[in-house]
Amino acid sequence: MKYFRTHILIGINDTSKQAGVDAFIKTLRESLTAAGLQEEINILETGPLGFFGKGICLTVYPDNVNYENVKVEDVAELVDEHFLKGRPVNRLMFDAGSKFTPKFNYESRIVLRNSGIIDPESIDEYLGTGGYEAWEKALQMKPMDIVDEVKKSGLRGRGGAGFPTGLKWSFTAPIECEQKYVVVNADEGEPGTFKDRLIMEGDPHQLLEGIMICAKAVGATKAYIYIRGEYKLSINRLKKAIEQCYNYGLLGKNIFESGFDLDIDLKIGAGAYVCGEETALIESLEGNRGNPRWKPPFPGVKGLWGCPTIVNNVETLANVPYIIKHGAEGYKKFGTPDCSGTKVYTILGDVAYPGLCEIDMGTTLRTIINEYAGGMKQGFRFKAALIGGAAGVILSDRLLDVKMDLNSLNQYSAVLGSGAILVMNENTSIVDMLWSILRFFRHESCGKCAPCRNGSQQLYDLINKIKKGQGTEDDLDKLLLIAETMQQTSFCALGQSPVMPIRSALDNFRDEFLALTKK
Amino acid sequence: MYQEIFSKYTPTKDNLIYILHDIQDSDPQHYISEEAVQAISEYLNLPANHIYGVITFYSMYSTTPRGKNIIRLCESPHCYIKGSENILRKMKNSLNVGVGETTKDGVFTLELCACLGVCGNAPVMMINDDVYGDLTEDKVDDILAKLREVK
Ligand SMILES: Cc1cc2nc3c(=O)[nH]c(=O)nc-3n(C[C@H](O)[C@H](O)[C@H](O)COP(=O)(O)O)c2cc1C
Ligand code: SF4
Ligand code: FES
Repeated sequence: MKYFRTHILIGINDTSKQAGVDAFIKTLRESLTAAGLQEEINILETGPLGFFGKGICLTVYPDNVNYENVKVEDVAELVDEHFLKGRPVNRLMFDAGSKFTPKFNYESRIVLRNSGIIDPESIDEYLGTGGYEAWEKALQMKPMDIVDEVKKSGLRGRGGAGFPTGLKWSFTAPIECEQKYVVVNADEGEPGTFKDRLIMEGDPHQLLEGIMICAKAVGATKAYIYIRGEYKLSINRLKKAIEQCYNYGLLGKNIFESGFDLDIDLKIGAGAYVCGEETALIESLEGNRGNPRWKPPFPGVKGLWGCPTIVNNVETLANVPYIIKHGAEGYKKFGTPDCSGTKVYTILGDVAYPGLCEIDMGTTLRTIINEYAGGMKQGFRFKAALIGGAAGVILSDRLLDVKMDLNSLNQYSAVLGSGAILVMNENTSIVDMLWSILRFFRHESCGKCAPCRNGSQQLYDLINKIKKGQGTEDDLDKLLLIAETMQQTSFCALGQSPVMPIRSALDNFRDEFLALTKK
Repeated sequence: MYQEIFSKYTPTKDNLIYILHDIQDSDPQHYISEEAVQAISEYLNLPANHIYGVITFYSMYSTTPRGKNIIRLCESPHCYIKGSENILRKMKNSLNVGVGETTKDGVFTLELCACLGVCGNAPVMMINDDVYGDLTEDKVDDILAKLREVK
């Protein structure tokens, strides 16, 4: 391996492509070569960098300088000043002026440990970090031993419901039948959520390795990744990664002479939030409308084409290689005793450093905002945070010290869900926010069952009335009553969800709603 | 004319979603015509009502002809808070169309959609396969003008 004095990491994603990152890289390469630096400075095209800047973003190591919105015209100055003379260009720095450097806590990263560090399109770089060692190990393990290890690790689903992963696998593994499937839920549609996209863009091989281990554990020989059609970059990177795996003999027939066969295929969704629900997703895979099925039987027993099917979230499976490689005990060093591991969050809104982070389960919301997102944006005060997207809760500052893990949040009937944290300043209207959430549910209700089909429309009508200042205090109670009725009677979790944002908004910000109602 | 697409897929129901994607993408007006539904119905041996049921369920499919460029502006909470309504107003004015409509010259169709998963750059829209983030009213005109030039 060659040693470089400096590494320039460039985030390749939709936004940077739009901003012309290809032309930028070409110019940068030429200028570095012209300055004779091509042997000293390495350019690495990589995935998410950990902060969300505008346009083309760079991180320079070891200087730890972040640039945003750099253009071809800036290359000369960057090379002259920073790369030749070692003086970072303040003008282009991400959030210039603030003294805060966001914590890039590489030490407690599992899922994102390679993200923004290796080239996601190169299997060799993944192998270079110890990739696919867990898969080799798993191939030699008994299926039930893999299941037990995952059970012991305490890993719980990261797709929203938080169901223990090892337990889910243990129902499917012993079933004797011709065909079983693994389906990866990459349909990420929860508003404000895109952690799965960042995982797939940043380190697609880690997800594939997790799928392989899961398939071996439950005895599935075919896996599908059901991914949103909008995630073009993830789709391309996964396609490439799968192809590389076949070329290296990591997938296919009789893998490494183990007698185990596995194929992985991508399936592209067509745009419906409800298809993230596991049984609706299966319907969609079969070529039907994405209406949820009745449970039980659960997919683990009777899923795709009637066969036992494990449905797991992207982040859940991306944790699995670490567990197999370092053992359940190694994994349990992260998180709290009853909720192990890390969680990937996307922090958005009025914070100084909107970005992506992976931290131990059980970290408080206050810590996340202050230490990982640099606190509030200058001049703004914290008012509320929407946690977990539309099917989430709106917390006020009274709950800033709640621990973010699956159990602690339950006490506040909140869910960790998707890991989306949207921070709002004191000028944001909670009524508007709730309006936008209820509009979302009205649109996404699949129409199969009456409580949700009609209820989501009624909720929208009510909040519309309130937003226009024509509501009464009674209407607030009605909102809650309808949502609670939906929670008790709806066919699937979509219709059971609106109660969470509604109740939390009314609990924490009732005065704001009252101020808008007619007396 | 659909044979080329059909030949890529075995005639099983699970391929319906992908056949629909391909047919819509290859149609200059980005929609699925009645003839297409008939042809799929014969190829997959499925009743037309099942195919229409699927088409109307998913937001990415259309049964009416659309413009050359499909604009999908995100209206989900985060983009909404960041001012997607202003972008929508601007876009309606610039294009002189309402939501779901196509410009007279057939160049643009304006649609709304749910979260595109690019909320870090809200407000966001997708035009065809490309994401446009950090939208401002000024940017909108630039983007539209550039796409108009493409023949
Ligand atoms: C309306 C609705 C949308 C959902 N969307 C997603 C999603 O986008 N991604 C996901 O992984 N799980 C989603 N889920 C949860 C899945 O049904 C399922 O619980 C999950 O994929 C199981 O994986 P896990 O155990 O690894 O979390 C959704 C559930 C509902 C009710
Ligand atoms: S609760 Fe809503 S989304 Fe779920 S089945 Fe009923 S109508 Fe469909
Ligand atoms: S809310 Fe608009 S992209 Fe996510």
